[in-house]
Amino acid sequence: MADIVSTVVANYNYWIYITLMMIGLYAIIAKNNLVKKIVGMNIFQTAIILFYVSIGVKKGATIPILEHAHGGHGYGVVHAAEYANPLPHVLMLTAIVVGVATLGVALALAIRVYNEYNTLEEDEILAQIREE
Amino acid sequence: MVWPIDLAVLTLVVMVAIGSLMVKDLLGAAILFGAYSFMMCLLWTVMGAVDVAFTEASVGAGVSTVFFVGAVFRTSRRTRD
Amino acid sequence: MKIIGLIVAVLTGGLLVYAAEDFPAWSDPASPASTYLSPHFIEKTIEETSVPNIVTAVLADYRGFDTMFETTVIFSAGVAVFLLLRTSGPKTQQTRLYRHQLTGVTLRIKEGADLPPSDNFERIDRFWTPHDLIIKTVCRLLIPFIQLFGLYVIAHGHHSPGGGFQGGVILGASIILLAISHDLRTAVKRVAEKMDAVLCAIGVLIYAGTGALCLLLGLNFLDYKALAPVLHVDSIMARSHGILIVEIGVGIAVMFTMIWIYNNVSSGGKYNQGL
Repeated sequence: MADIVSTVVANYNYWIYITLMMIGLYAIIAKNNLVKKIVGMNIFQTAIILFYVSIGVKKGATIPILEHAHGGHGYGVVHAAEYANPLPHVLMLTAIVVGVATLGVALALAIRVYNEYNTLEEDEILAQIREE
Repeated sequence: MVWPIDLAVLTLVVMVAIGSLMVKDLLGAAILFGAYSFMMCLLWTVMGAVDVAFTEASVGAGVSTVFFVGAVFRTSRRTRD
Repeated sequence: MKIIGLIVAVLTGGLLVYAAEDFPAWSDPASPASTYLSPHFIEKTIEETSVPNIVTAVLADYRGFDTMFETTVIFSAGVAVFLLLRTSGPKTQQTRLYRHQLTGVTLRIKEGADLPPSDNFERIDRFWTPHDLIIKTVCRLLIPFIQLFGLYVIAHGHHSPGGGFQGGVILGASIILLAISHDLRTAVKRVAEKMDAVLCAIGVLIYAGTGALCLLLGLNFLDYKALAPVLHVDSIMARSHGILIVEIGVGIAVMFTMIWIYNNVSSGGKYNQGL
């Protein structure tokens, strides 16, 4: 029993990231509505961020902010094992903010498409393009 | 990093993600996507990535939901899937 | 299309599950990602930059070049939204509606006619709805504290979670809250469109200018040690101060890009009443 629990705990993060990625990919390909596609794109992106942050976790480690550092130089030796890996956090922090900026561009494109064709459904837009 | 909370929140995240894609109303999808972002923020706090969680709370759950609502307001709420 | 999508998604998922067998176990301290570069950052950050928050130090100092171009991407996204929505589109708005705030009388004014001579008129749109007094008042009280918190997040990013990106988004969200609780015209009156465009460029310029200043002072691009003689501190504190300057640039760029994108998206580029 304990064996199964440890296996599940060791892999659950990866399984969930794969599940979210599948959900996002399916939404991008198969959903008909443009805003739903954008939601799927964001879910895909969050899945990647989840994967990166999962890589940075260390057992028994604390957040990557050094303790007792406020007094200047009066602290001891820092051990790397005591702090979570900061590198994935840095990469993903900027990725989230860039993600919201690209989300703005995607929504602006959707608004332009709506102004042009008066619908957000992909098949209706394609039908209108074929008619022209 | 407490693994029972981690497992519970991960399961909830998948349910909210499916919900935001299944719901037949774009405003509902936008709000559920905000809930999804907030769950992700919770998850990253549990994993010790406080900076990422802070960014997600302000960006994902805050501003991107507002962008979605604004875009839905400018277009239409109607969706067939 | 649904079946193709399902097949593609399941195939990708199967491949990834197959690959996940080779990943290191979750929360393993000896995983490859945690053994090569990151111990150096964790152990040397406080000696080299005197910044306790390792994420901030890596973000703005060790990987400063990366962050500079992320800021540029955000700036270009703001410009792209502007070009998509603001520059073209149907030019309607033949008549303008003005509402007298005291009596509630609405005037319809044809194009080319003069504006009402009183200050009590506000411009409204066809879908204007009366604003809730409680929401307006509460948001007015709340916004200064949100902005103060945003400034704190930028300035205190060295010691606690936060930094330019988060603080900039919070500052931008305070103006967006003003635009939601009142209307877009009220917010644009305070933060004009030109100001958005100029200040998000200035934010990127502060970042790149700091790098160029380091270059002029004889060291590498974005090597803040070069700023020590300018700031009258030793080279370690110069790196700490350099991070702060750069974070302020990031904060300005992110704040005004968020406001700019919101203004364009929520009004469809027309800058009318908005949400």
